[in-house]
Parts: sequence; C-alpha cells; structure tokens
Amino acid sequence: MGDGTNLGKVRGLGSAKHGSKHWIDQRISALGNLLLTAWLVASFAWLPNYEFKTVAEWLAQPSVAVPMILMLISIFWHVRLGLQVFIEDYFHSEGNKLAALMLLNFYVVGGAAFGIFTVAKHAFTGAPT
Amino acid sequence: MVAKVERPLSPHLSVYRRGVAMMASITHRITGFVMATAGMLMLLWWLSAIGGGEESYTSFISYVTGSGLGDDATTLQHVSKWFFRLLAVGVTFSFFQHLFSGIRHLMMDMGAGFELNANRTSAWLVFIAAFTATGIVALVAVNYMIGA
Repeated sequence: MGDGTNLGKVRGLGSAKHGSKHWIDQRISALGNLLLTAWLVASFAWLPNYEFKTVAEWLAQPSVAVPMILMLISIFWHVRLGLQVFIEDYFHSEGNKLAALMLLNFYVVGGAAFGIFTVAKHAFTGAPT
Repeated sequence: MVAKVERPLSPHLSVYRRGVAMMASITHRITGFVMATAGMLMLLWWLSAIGGGEESYTSFISYVTGSGLGDDATTLQHVSKWFFRLLAVGVTFSFFQHLFSGIRHLMMDMGAGFELNANRTSAWLVFIAAFTATGIVALVAVNYMIGA
C-alpha cells in the first residue's frame, strides 16, 4: 500500500462493497412512493367533499395517518438520494458541493420531522372541531 | 504552473440528435426537482394547515385556489392566486410525469424495453399519459371549485 497519491492509498483494497446501495435504495424508495401515493391519492379522491371537517377527520384516521407518515419517510428518503445525484452532477466546486449536500440533509431530515410531527399530533389529539 | 486544458465534459448533451427518450430523461430529472422542492413544501404546508384547524385550512385553500376572494381582493392576492394555481398544475404534471417515467425506468432496470421502437413508444406514452392525467385532475378541480 502506498502513502503518496490517493490512488496509491486505495489500490489493492478491493471495492468498498457498497457501490450499489444508493442505486438499490433509490428503487426501493421509488416503489414505496408508488404504493403509498397511490393509496393516499385514491383515498383522498374518494372523499365526498373537501370541507375542513371531512379532510381533518380523514387525516386523523390510523388508516390514513400511518401511510401518510410512511409516505413522508419514503419520499424524503427518495428526495435525499435524487437531489444528491443532482448536486453531484451540477456543483463542480468541492466546497459548494459539500455545502449543498449538507443543506440537503438538513432539508430532508427537517422536512420529514416536521411532517411526521404534524400528522402524529393531529392523529393523537383528534381532528379539531 | 501548467495551463489548464479545457477538455469537453461528459455527457456532451449537445452532440446528440434530440429525441423523445432524451426528453423523457431530462423531464424526469426536472419534474423530480420540482416535486422535491415546491411539491414537498406544498405538501407540508397542506398537512400543517389541516393540523392547525379550520382557519388555517381555509387560508391555505384561499391562497392556492383563490376561493373566497371577494371583489375587494388586492392585486397581490390575485397574483398569489395565479402563482399557486400554476404551481399546483406544475406539481400535478410533475407527479404524473415522474410516476409514469419512473415505472418506465423500473421496467428498463429489469432489462425490458431497450429496443429502439419500444423505447421510443414508451417514452411517448409517458408524456401522453402524464398530460392526460393532469388534464383530468385539472378539469375535476375546476369543476369542484365552480360547483362549491
């Protein structure tokens, strides 16, 4: 193992064995998004009207709140993976790339936490009357 | 100091003849970006509007659809109404395009649909299905808003 160039340091170590994880995770979350959005869009379209009371009671049901929380996790995970590729393709300076990836992590974790908390609080406290 | 050589950067998009498969790929990326940013922020806004009670829900609906705006509505309210209406149509189209294009990609990941004709046809189908579904949703939404 050399200690000079970056290539010298890693040569001979073999692959890191996680090269395909990103690709596979993107497909898994894509399938999750497909199933969960299909369920929620169909369930929402089925509502008799879109008055506040109807929608609030709809979101408070376990059969809606739970898939909604799962959908938020699946989508924000997919957003994390997709926008990462976007950033890696279009940010050419290493500094900007690092900053953008950090912002992306804040965005997806913050967005998911906000959404999950909102839905959980709504379901636990019941639809406001 | 060695002078930096300006080498061409991959993927040389401009040297290829433009085709529908290329458009499907580029559009998939753009619609993904639109949903990841504007789409998700609107989803979170909608969820928190429901959680916030009737007043916040009514306020969300009036911003996005412009419903409840009277004759005394300000220019800003009209601009905002049209901004969010267009954004809603854009996000809806993005949803369907990314959904259908994503299904096409999952099939291609399994090795299907790489023959030139099949590939072109499926790319066209993605756009046709996405525009049709967006049109249906828009018609249903307008119909509901007029009826309400």
